[in-house]
Amino acid sequence: MSEYDGYEPVIGLEIHAQLQTESKIFCGCKNAYGEPPNTLTCPVCLGLPGALPVLNKQAVEKAIKMILAVGGKVCNRSVFARKNYFYPDLPKGYQISQFDKPIGEGGEIFFSLEDGTKKSCRLTRIHIEEDAGKSLHPEKGESYTRVDLNRCGTPLIEIVSEPEMRSPEEAYGYFVKVKQILQYTKVCSGDMEKGHLRCDANISVRPVGQEEFGTRTEVKNMNSFKGVERAIKFEIQRQVKLLKSGGSVTQATLLWDESRQVAEAMRSKEESHDYRYFPEPDLVNLVVNDVWIENVRENMPELPDEKSERFIKDYQIRPYDAMVLTDTTSLADYYDEVMQYTKDGRTAANWVQSELLGVLKDSGDDISTFKVRPNMIADIVNKIESKEISGKMAKTVFAEMVESGKSADVIIKEKGLVQISDEKQLLAIIDSIISANTGNVDKYKSGKTNIFGFFVGQVMKETKGQANPEVVNRLLKQKLDG
Amino acid sequence: MPDYKELTAKQMADGVKAGKLSAVELAKEAINLAKTEGKAINAFITICEEKALKQAAAVDALAKKGTSSPSQPLAGVPVAIKDNISYTDYATTCASHILDGYIPPYDATCVKNLIDAGAIIIGKTNMDEFAMGSSNENSFYGPVKNPVNHELVPGGSSGGSTAAVAQKIVPIAFGSETGGSVRQPAALCGVFGLKPTYGGISRYGLVAFASSTDQIAPLARTAEDIALAYQAAAGRDENDSTSVTFDHPVYSEKLATDKKFKIGIPKEYFAEGLDDEVKQTVEEAIKLLEKNGHTFKEISLPMTDRAIAVYYIITSAEASSNLARFDGVKYGLREAGDKDLTTMYSTTRDSGFGAEVKRRIMLGTYVLSAGYYEAYYRKASKVRELIRLDFEKAFNEVDLIISPTSPTAAFKLGEKIDDPLTMYLSDIYTASASLAGNPGISVPFGKTKDGLPIGVQFLAPWFNELSLFQISNILQKSAS
Ligand SMILES: [Zn+2]
Repeated sequence: MSEYDGYEPVIGLEIHAQLQTESKIFCGCKNAYGEPPNTLTCPVCLGLPGALPVLNKQAVEKAIKMILAVGGKVCNRSVFARKNYFYPDLPKGYQISQFDKPIGEGGEIFFSLEDGTKKSCRLTRIHIEEDAGKSLHPEKGESYTRVDLNRCGTPLIEIVSEPEMRSPEEAYGYFVKVKQILQYTKVCSGDMEKGHLRCDANISVRPVGQEEFGTRTEVKNMNSFKGVERAIKFEIQRQVKLLKSGGSVTQATLLWDESRQVAEAMRSKEESHDYRYFPEPDLVNLVVNDVWIENVRENMPELPDEKSERFIKDYQIRPYDAMVLTDTTSLADYYDEVMQYTKDGRTAANWVQSELLGVLKDSGDDISTFKVRPNMIADIVNKIESKEISGKMAKTVFAEMVESGKSADVIIKEKGLVQISDEKQLLAIIDSIISANTGNVDKYKSGKTNIFGFFVGQVMKETKGQANPEVVNRLLKQKLDG
Repeated sequence: MPDYKELTAKQMADGVKAGKLSAVELAKEAINLAKTEGKAINAFITICEEKALKQAAAVDALAKKGTSSPSQPLAGVPVAIKDNISYTDYATTCASHILDGYIPPYDATCVKNLIDAGAIIIGKTNMDEFAMGSSNENSFYGPVKNPVNHELVPGGSSGGSTAAVAQKIVPIAFGSETGGSVRQPAALCGVFGLKPTYGGISRYGLVAFASSTDQIAPLARTAEDIALAYQAAAGRDENDSTSVTFDHPVYSEKLATDKKFKIGIPKEYFAEGLDDEVKQTVEEAIKLLEKNGHTFKEISLPMTDRAIAVYYIITSAEASSNLARFDGVKYGLREAGDKDLTTMYSTTRDSGFGAEVKRRIMLGTYVLSAGYYEAYYRKASKVRELIRLDFEKAFNEVDLIISPTSPTAAFKLGEKIDDPLTMYLSDIYTASASLAGNPGISVPFGKTKDGLPIGVQFLAPWFNELSLFQISNILQKSAS
């Protein structure tokens, strides 16, 4: 039995990603977030009468980058089109987009589910368009909506998938992977909270085994990655329940309400748009020649899958660790740099994943500017490896590093944290402990070997924890068993 | 000062640069005429007196220092611009109620170019609302009257600019063309009107009617002046993606020529609907040019009878989108602002737009709508391509094409206003070249027996304005 009462979900995603460019897509205004309302504007992005768009080459380049990164085809000639609708935050009364001739066609996203299962989903297209402004709906006591046009004209790409995903978990995995590629290529920050990345889902269900698609709905307004998964799950369950009770799904656009965890249909008036697309006469056809495409390809950064494979091969780490460490470029870069200073990939991977990420998670610090630099972590790893310090000491060193930003050497010196591996020194201590605890020695010799830990503890106490445990174990065994 | 009204732009600029004429005096005279004679024919919506006098004083100052020549070919020349061209500090109305109170915060590139050339912008001229019309009766500010006879229309949509030149208020004015809006009134008022090659003059700052055919277009009383005017305004502009990089020759220096042109006579342009007197006049022009050694050849532009339909589908489609921004939200008129959004939109647009504009928005919205797009917009775009090919083929055979500019001379105010389809036929000889992007010029030549001006049109291959200026000069010289 399937998870959805004999129904199979069919999911396609439309992802809008704001491009990280210096300026807006059709004017010279700065492409930035968080400035006072309507300060990043000019006649072009305000849609003033007579103003005309001029295409930003950097935006095109970012789009090409993403298309190449997902293995799509960059079309040598694409066409901008006007999408016409009235809304206060759309000052021209149309959005410049691409319609029947987008810049990118095809491509495929390979991703993993949380249990490690590998999946993939093909892309229909990637096209370039401009963002609209923002409507700031009435605050308490106000009876009007304000409009902020700073965002207006921010370059976007829309990444449209084929309806090939079959569960909310797949949609989540796909979306996270798209975000990862966007970040790796520096095409988009991937920040959903700031609206730099947005996702709409097209969802239908059909009886398992049926080839024909069911009637689909579109769910919008999700503002987190997990929110997308939850919204899709909600909508699948809603549709299945509807069909089970003998009803039918009607085509509609639904808005996800994160606080109430429900998706509800928009008023039909709001969604009954005929966008009257037609070619944008103010722009010439977008021609991208092969030289340009090759140039972008040559400057393509290492992509997540490539990086992960390299980590596994060069640093001898497990695939799961590689996946965690390549999650973001900043984390991967950090680990990569640690590995410039040490040879022990696995220990380094453990330290970065558990100790470093743990601290960052609590403090909220940014890894790329965090005071514990990669070479400092590598120092710790190397000192563990050379047995200069024990694993336990290493944690003390690290905690102090996070506190003070001092180097491992300084901390070890200040705290006197040198490990005692000298056998003569340790034997002397062991001898005195044995002679002071003859009773326990007898117990051990009569077969109560679990008392061995007592002797280790005594040595550690005597050496303030600085004794090398391996050496202590060996010497104690020799003494007690001999 | 010599008789202001008889001075050409060339004479004014030469006089100003030589210190023999004062730009300030010229500007004052132009403004004075605009306020009196201009008012009688309703040619202006706004007179830009304060800035004009400042500009003129600056030009005079340069002339005094002897630094104005030759970078200011229009030094001190009073120029009027159509009220759909953005010019800071003064309203840009497009002769529409919906733009009430709108003052553009930026100058059109064309205006910048003109000011750089030393021109003095003395006013913003009346027009058909949003440049939609062929009689200048569709203005919120009332119709413009034909200077030749105040009972008659001046043509449109650049009626105010054309009348200002014909009335000799200014030697040069700029209108805009979408399908004949400068050539047709030029013919009806008896002046020169050039529709440049699409992309010749930047559209940045020109309030869009139909982006794919809109062109800012000069008017003047001599071939030399119109060449000067075009030269000053033209050029590639980084702010207009559709403007074209072209190495323009110095037109005024190449005006006089011994070149003998091979000129095509498109049979479709002399068919039914053409007024007899207009037809005879064009034939006289042909005879005169033949006598001067130019050769003529009958050619065919087979798509001609589709041009009007294609023109109205495409330009209305673009207009329906271009005019969507006038919604009461950001600037201009807002009605029912205390009601809900949809009510505000519809009330504002209903009250703000005139009948002809509404007609085109409705038509344009219809031809772009789902289910109709293929049959109308898509098909019209295909035929447009065929029209372009018609011209391309024709210009393989001939240097220029000759035709009437308008099927009739000026008609009476009110005569066609309730019959849009007949009105639309005013553009029958001009719309094709607009759709194809080719340049065209209307040259005043001859009169009807009632003394009304007639225009002869020449069309040329892309960016061959030089030939248009040369043939205009030849015809002007041989006629006088
Ligand atoms: Zn801007």
